Amino acid sequence: MPETKDVNLTVNGRAHQLALPSHRTLLEALRALGYVEVKSGCEKGDCGACAVLLDGEAIDSCLTLAWIADGGSVTTVKGLGGPDGAHPLQDAFIREGSVQCGYCIPGIIVAAKALLDEIPDPSDADLRRGLSGNLCRCTGYVRIFSAIREAAAVLRQGGERA
Amino acid sequence: MSDTTVEAAAAANVVFRQIGRPLVRTDAPGKAFGTTIYAGDVVMPNMLHAKILRADRASARILGIDADRARQLPGVHCVLTGLDLPDRQVVTDIPGQTGGKTKNTAQPILAGDRVRFYGEPIALVAAETEDIAIAARDLIEVAYGPLDGVFSPAEALKPGAPQIEGEGNVVAAYKIRKGDVDKGFAEADLVIERTYTTQVQEQAFLEPEAGIAWLDDSDVINIKVATQVVEHFRSVADALGVPHNRVHVQAMYVGGGFGGKEGMGIETMLALLAVRTRRPVRLVVSREESFVTHGNRHPFRIRHRTGVKRDGKITAMKVDLLADSGAYSKLSPYVLLYATIGAPGPYRVDNLHVDSVVAATNNLPTCAFRGFGTMQACVANEGQMDEIAKALGLDPLEVRRRNFIKTGEPNATGQIIQSAVWSDRCATAALEALGDRRPEDGPVKFGRGIACYQQSYGRIRWFKDTSEAWVGVEVDGTVVVRCAVTDIGAGQSSSLAQIAAEVLGVPMTKVVVYFGDSMLNPLAGTSSASRALYMSGNATKLAATRVRQNLLGRAAQEFGVSPDDLDLGDSKVFVTDDPSRCMNFERLVRICAGEGIHRHDLAIFRAPFSEGIDPETGQGEVFPDFTYGAHAAEVAVDTETGEVTVLKSVGAHDVGQAINMQAVKGQIEGSALMGQGFALCEQMLYRDGQVISPSLSEYLIPTSEDVPEILAIVLESRSGLGPYGAKGMGEPAFAPVAASIANAVADAIGTRVYDLPITPDKVVKALKEKAERAARGDGRK
Repeated sequence: MPETKDVNLTVNGRAHQLALPSHRTLLEALRALGYVEVKSGCEKGDCGACAVLLDGEAIDSCLTLAWIADGGSVTTVKGLGGPDGAHPLQDAFIREGSVQCGYCIPGIIVAAKALLDEIPDPSDADLRRGLSGNLCRCTGYVRIFSAIREAAAVLRQGGERA
Repeated sequence: MSDTTVEAAAAANVVFRQIGRPLVRTDAPGKAFGTTIYAGDVVMPNMLHAKILRADRASARILGIDADRARQLPGVHCVLTGLDLPDRQVVTDIPGQTGGKTKNTAQPILAGDRVRFYGEPIALVAAETEDIAIAARDLIEVAYGPLDGVFSPAEALKPGAPQIEGEGNVVAAYKIRKGDVDKGFAEADLVIERTYTTQVQEQAFLEPEAGIAWLDDSDVINIKVATQVVEHFRSVADALGVPHNRVHVQAMYVGGGFGGKEGMGIETMLALLAVRTRRPVRLVVSREESFVTHGNRHPFRIRHRTGVKRDGKITAMKVDLLADSGAYSKLSPYVLLYATIGAPGPYRVDNLHVDSVVAATNNLPTCAFRGFGTMQACVANEGQMDEIAKALGLDPLEVRRRNFIKTGEPNATGQIIQSAVWSDRCATAALEALGDRRPEDGPVKFGRGIACYQQSYGRIRWFKDTSEAWVGVEVDGTVVVRCAVTDIGAGQSSSLAQIAAEVLGVPMTKVVVYFGDSMLNPLAGTSSASRALYMSGNATKLAATRVRQNLLGRAAQEFGVSPDDLDLGDSKVFVTDDPSRCMNFERLVRICAGEGIHRHDLAIFRAPFSEGIDPETGQGEVFPDFTYGAHAAEVAVDTETGEVTVLKSVGAHDVGQAINMQAVKGQIEGSALMGQGFALCEQMLYRDGQVISPSLSEYLIPTSEDVPEILAIVLESRSGLGPYGAKGMGEPAFAPVAASIANAVADAIGTRVYDLPITPDKVVKALKEKAERAARGDGRK
């Protein structure tokens, strides 16, 4: 059996300890823990469907080995909000019709969160660059951009939770 | 119906409470919160993990397969090869409700003695972990012997070519013979002949194929899978040799389909392994494997010869089409039929001659992809319209105007168009939205292009397409819709909620839709052919209307009026002329429940049926109806680097009736970017049949950095065959996009790239050739 190591991960505020081999990716570890909202689209860092926040930074979890994330704090799209309290980004994505097949959306909302944390009032160029690691095949990004702009306005007015 | 009656219908004062509004789709919250479960997210106790061994070459004899070491690996439960499944074939054909099959679309589940394409499945493994399954797969040894392959359809049709499928590799061929083309060409002032070629496009949905299968307590094979077609349960059953009622397909919310999850996918393999192991078996394919798991878009070579009068009126048209089916026919005969009928575009051509062939090669099988032959035909016919305009010195839209087919006129196969044809007003609106032309900017040239189309919605008439839906009202006034339509992300289930809400006068949030289940829901047919809303929407409206009639019949007694004098809205039943006389919907439902009045209904909707076309002339009614519209694009071309940037992209379409304004605009916006990818950058690359671009960093789809200004313009003629006059939009929105961009590039650089995608090297080459022609004094524009 390959060598395993105990890895400590905090995911959406919940602590986990698990023994993992060195080649196990953060994506595989998160999905094995039941965080299946983190999607696998390419396993190569091309599509961004697996994006999560690791200590506040958006990363492709498929390119990050779980050992590297040891001791880190992970936030998935579910950690941002849910039916009992939507994050302004989630709220805007729902109302703007930004969601079609939805498979890219968990990664895109996480990437958008990281973008708005860095640039609270993003320009069109910021939006394009901020999502350039996330592929969407359905929407043409039109309503994704408009939802992020709308959420940015809400967040700038202090609406961390709608 | 004439254009004037269409006008009257469009102008009619129809008041909708739910229909047409940009309401939040029923599937949106779960997808934004991350709570939606896709096929690859499903796990079960005691499940095994499957892997597929695939051929690493495109053409070979299989001399032997040694799976002993794989079978002996601890943790391996099952290894299946073609030797274990002699004569086991599976079909992709017509997964409708009739069970009829008109084409041979069978292919082996696992290759037997011969490999026909790169990536063809050779063996299946089921093991306790994914890692063990991979190790076992890699222990299987295949002894290959050489076998010549053929990799282009033109080569495949030559005498002596390696035989792949069909007689002489002809998978299907059609012809249209209409009017007198010789006479038409003799009358022409000018004859324009051009050849257009299009490439293989990959669907590149974000969710790779995934599923899980298990046997339930009744020994029924259950399969949860990402599919556009739950009706494949019949093909799975036939392939396994079990009765149809022993296979139950449950389609999950699908992470994108675009036709790529329409053909038979991994269902049969999952079913085989679940039966052999009597354990749940899960299979999730990698992105690289996904590239060879489903059929891609057919590449076409389309040769147009068009005779025109000086005023641009077409007098004759001769079109030759050649497409590549790859190694198995799958849905190629139908794709070719669409392209054949689509060849003349949305124009009236009385003297028409079309010949088309789709040939088998050792390339990856091609199958369904949004636009399904029509969009390739559109690239050619809309390029041709611009070439005609250029040669005659006329405005491209004006040439189109002089030829547009009109309501009441026959199309290519002689089918009389019954619905509105708003090509002109859509094209005009799209061009207007582009705004003023930009000034030149050094080596950067600007150009604009328009493309129009005629795209069918609904399936071929001789498939005898039907859809069923069940609508019921609970005693608390909430509504349930059950319909096995698959939801591939375009709002297929949500639109049914909106329709039921409209008919029953309740908010859409009061409606729950159960979709995509072949056993527990009434069968609805496929989410393909731009038919889901048309067919299932009509079935749902029919069922909901009968429930409404039952409820209003009882309410009429209460108010002492006729049921016709009552209406449902705002969760109330009320007298139409005096809304103060009303009752809560919930109370009415409780009264009906207490008296045993039927509060649910199962309805079937039948599309128009016909028996086929004349094989010699191609004449006959093929589709239920067509959608018309236009796409306009403005591009910037750097003449030094050849780089094309799309600046503005406008889709204007007569959608018939928007059911959900957000959703229909979403189709148009998404099409703009997907079509841009086809026009400019997407191409599956092969070397001797081997895919050499099997990742999203090698196969490039447009990203957020490539998004132009996209506008969606929705026109509503209310003349379609769908609910409330809706037309299909999933494919129509996509059909003209690439053609409009190709035309815009040609406009910018004054010469045309005839071979898609229009990559920088081709632009530079075309400009160089143009300069050489000018230097030689060659007059060809």
